[in-house]
Amino acid sequence: MPTISRAEVAHLARLARLAVTEEELDLFASQLEVILTSVARVGEVAAVDIPPTSHAVGLTDVFRADVPRPGLTQQQALSGAYATEDGRFRVPRILDES
Amino acid sequence: MTAALMDYDEVLERFEPVLGLEVHVELSTATKMFCGCPNVFGAPPNTQVCPTCLGLPGALPVLNGVAVESAMRIGLALNCSIAPWCRFARKNYFYPDMPKNFQTSQYDEPIAVNGSLAVQLSDGSLFTVAIERAHMEEDTGKSLHVGGSDGRIHGASHSLLDYNRAGVPLIEVVTKPIEGAGVRAPEIARAYVTALRDLLRALGVSDVRMDQGSMRCDANVSLMPRGSSTFGTRTETKNVNSLRSVERAVRYEMCRQAAVLVSGGQIVQETRHFDEAGGTTSAGRRKETSEDYRYFPEPDLVPIAPSDDWVARLRATLPELPWQRRARAKSEWGLSDLELRDLVNAGALDLIAATVDAGAPAAEARSWWVSYLSQQANSRGVELADLPITPAQVARVIALVAEGALTNNLARQVVDGVLAKEGEPDEVVAAHGLAVVSDDAALTAAVEQALAAAPDIADKIRNGKLAAAGAIVGAVMKATGGQANAQRVRELVLARCAS
Amino acid sequence: MTRLTRWSAAELAARIHAQDITAVEVTRAHLDRITAVDPALHAFLHLDASAALAAAAAVDDGLRRGEAPASPLAGVPLAIKDVFTTIDMPTTCGSRMLQGWRPPYDATVTRKLRAAGVVIVGKTNMDEFAMGSSTENSAYGPTRNPWDLDRVPGGSGGGSAAAVAAFEVPLAVGTDTGGSIRQPSAVTGTVGVKPTYGGVSRYGLVAFSSSLDQGGPVARTVLDAALLHEVIGGYDPQDSTSIDAPVPPVVQAARAGATGDLIGIRVGVVSQFRGDGYQPGVLRAFEVAVSRLRELGAQIVEVSCPSFDHALPAYYLIAPSECSSNLARFDGMRYGLRVGDDGNRSAEEVMSLTREAGFGPEVKRRIMLGTYALSAGYYDAYYGQAQKVRTLIIRDFAAAFEQVDVLVSPTTPTTAFRIGERVDDPLAMYLSDLCTIPANLAGNAALSVPAGLSDDDGLPVGLQVMAPALADDRAYRVAAAYEVARDGADGGPLAQRVPDLEVVGR
Repeated sequence: MPTISRAEVAHLARLARLAVTEEELDLFASQLEVILTSVARVGEVAAVDIPPTSHAVGLTDVFRADVPRPGLTQQQALSGAYATEDGRFRVPRILDES
Repeated sequence: MTAALMDYDEVLERFEPVLGLEVHVELSTATKMFCGCPNVFGAPPNTQVCPTCLGLPGALPVLNGVAVESAMRIGLALNCSIAPWCRFARKNYFYPDMPKNFQTSQYDEPIAVNGSLAVQLSDGSLFTVAIERAHMEEDTGKSLHVGGSDGRIHGASHSLLDYNRAGVPLIEVVTKPIEGAGVRAPEIARAYVTALRDLLRALGVSDVRMDQGSMRCDANVSLMPRGSSTFGTRTETKNVNSLRSVERAVRYEMCRQAAVLVSGGQIVQETRHFDEAGGTTSAGRRKETSEDYRYFPEPDLVPIAPSDDWVARLRATLPELPWQRRARAKSEWGLSDLELRDLVNAGALDLIAATVDAGAPAAEARSWWVSYLSQQANSRGVELADLPITPAQVARVIALVAEGALTNNLARQVVDGVLAKEGEPDEVVAAHGLAVVSDDAALTAAVEQALAAAPDIADKIRNGKLAAAGAIVGAVMKATGGQANAQRVRELVLARCAS
Repeated sequence: MTRLTRWSAAELAARIHAQDITAVEVTRAHLDRITAVDPALHAFLHLDASAALAAAAAVDDGLRRGEAPASPLAGVPLAIKDVFTTIDMPTTCGSRMLQGWRPPYDATVTRKLRAAGVVIVGKTNMDEFAMGSSTENSAYGPTRNPWDLDRVPGGSGGGSAAAVAAFEVPLAVGTDTGGSIRQPSAVTGTVGVKPTYGGVSRYGLVAFSSSLDQGGPVARTVLDAALLHEVIGGYDPQDSTSIDAPVPPVVQAARAGATGDLIGIRVGVVSQFRGDGYQPGVLRAFEVAVSRLRELGAQIVEVSCPSFDHALPAYYLIAPSECSSNLARFDGMRYGLRVGDDGNRSAEEVMSLTREAGFGPEVKRRIMLGTYALSAGYYDAYYGQAQKVRTLIIRDFAAAFEQVDVLVSPTTPTTAFRIGERVDDPLAMYLSDLCTIPANLAGNAALSVPAGLSDDDGLPVGLQVMAPALADDRAYRVAAAYEVARDGADGGPLAQRVPDLEVVGR
């Protein structure tokens, strides 16, 4: 039976970049535990020799020719932006190197 | 803050370095990895983008077939096995230069595994570097940090994002841990990156320009106490943007880590940043939480399953590789081991060979690269290959000299023009009027003037002292700024005095 | 004029193409209907009457010049679920995160509809980012079920299903990740089809769970659904998972089914989809439907697919995992909402504040669930294991389709539930997709066709017909034959019995 603590929820929220509230921590901790308990049933399937399926269709080797296609103009590219500057997306300061 | 450093010789007395090199190479395909946007450097910001590489909601990736073939050719040239079946995965982490907040990358299923690359060291010996894998991934956009000093990240008020580079195809070549390098570890690191660069250039899959970021090296360094067989904690140094820096960064990390270890400290597994100016490395801001990339197979791309037939066809397209070229150059150009080594060390061999391939005689090609161009590279502090001139351009200059259209002196001026990014050799010739003057009307006037200015010499020539013509030829050459065809001037002088 | 809205898409198209009526008249009639009933329903998030009328006029002009119609549906009005990008209309996915966002490109489905001369009238409401089974998770308020305005129209595509059921449009496009086309169709008395995965391009479909999402038609008749299927289906080089093969002959199959019987067709009844948790009226309606199939000549076989019991938990690991990654791009940096940018906060802080404010509770829940399932240390037990269950489900389907041509089940265990009834109980909500999920996990074709009303509450029930991958036409043939038989027995199409909303009002 999986248990999930507030601290774990807080960790998940950090990984997922969600500035959750204190109330949400409690709510999500209890809800995620219920859901995880329910979905943990997938573990009942003894599956040592069963290959996982990542794609529903069995396609392989789908490629594109290396030929340029028209894309967006700079104006179109920036059209949804909250703020722009000099043809670029303007965003708040970045603290870390990637 | 400067770190304490141990003397290099002492480092080697106490420790054995272990290296791991991760080299990212931007492929020079016409389009990006997953969309049809042009893969070009230096375009105005956010003009080489589409819904896919901007990560717009709903957009989907479609894999560039040429990028896959390039990856396989790189793998084959590195003696790797090509995976019979592999996939892309998503590497999930948030960063503003990554439009989807995940990077589509091969994770545990690289397309090429288990290869090797033999690299030549300055003493002529070979060292074999084992290759772990070569895999495909996509590049990120570029951020510009505004308001701080020098566009650095610290102290910036905000950042600006350009996604032209986002989605450019990258191949990451990762070595297995390089052990037993000992004192030569920094040299091996540099020689490996050099050899890889030469190999990729020969394959024609990348511009491999470290200065432009189309080839980037991350150096992992750790130290093992002598007598131990357990690897120490490693650091990963990024931003190593030249061959020289590879060598310096490795050496610096060895000395820094040794100093930490002997003073009872511990090496922190971290990413460090190489400072080109100071030749030092520094730690980035410590992350609050350790990263968990939550890899899973990319559902928007289907698996790649190269057939044996396809792999064989690609193997057949492999060009002459650097070590094969070396063997051939040695025999065809009649070089001694020493001469060959000097050419290799100067990074000139492949450039000379490419110049020969472009039609120039081997002697001239060699002469240009090892003398004039080497001087230029030295004075600029760059690698020979990073000079902004191509073997084809050098071959063209050599051809112009052979045709008599340029003198050697003019040819150097043309090369200077190309290096100054003024254009192709012919454009430089035209722009500066550097062509040798062979036009009889112009030359005749100059000859008449020179004869009139020196009547006594003119008389000597008329009296049969043909050797005196040299003085008149010299005067004409001087008057035309060296652009006259000296042979023709001599003919005109003699013809004038004979009548 | 109102009667025009009662016609099927096929009838409208025939009359338009014969120039008995104009596409503009048809469009105007539907726009009038929307004006009259949508305040009560809230099926639409965006309407563009002038663009719709212009598109209709263009079809009429072409016909007047003697040009052939661009497609069998040229001139017919349609609504698009707000999860497909449209260059001329906002695309919000029912989320505050994308309020007012105008994409700079059209989805392939949108592009094909335009090229086919289909008249796009607007965008329909949905659970936020297609996560939900009731349309209550829309940031813009719930859609109501035209059969009972206090009930949900299902979800996530409740807007598309309600719009079609209420005669606002004869056709709509939806998306189905775990049942988001079929379950709303079942509870609104409409026909909804999830084509074979890869049959309809996902390019421009804002992804919820990439390996499961599939666009498909919503209509009031099986033939209309088939006509729309052929317009939006087909290979798209911009979607790597698109199948490079002709669209299965679904229109032909629908016509053949409507005029023929089912002699020689083997129909499997999935034994796992009965019992506890199923509304008795739904099960009785299902039994009646199965006996009708038998009367049509089909051979009915009981088929066991034991791994289907694990489909729901596997789905609730795979879909949240993929969504946690797909929705990472909504960070306020390049488009959409940005919250907390005071000039001092870092990009990382602004991203977190934006995502906290921009996503609703169900989306956050699933993002965190998926983040958990993909985390180092949990991957094998959750995501990895779910992918193995997926293999077992594919094997169960393969074994079943060796015995039978199609499988049938109730589309969803209950009829439409009341608004608010399940919002605080995610697990109860998730059970709505119990019967629809296996087809998403395996990628095969499945549809829901109206199977009358439940005798315990008088609300619509859906019959799910599942066919093998790329055999979508088989499901259409069975559904069309059943539709004719049921309409005959019931004295007319179920869809026509929806309460008259203009009278009901609110």
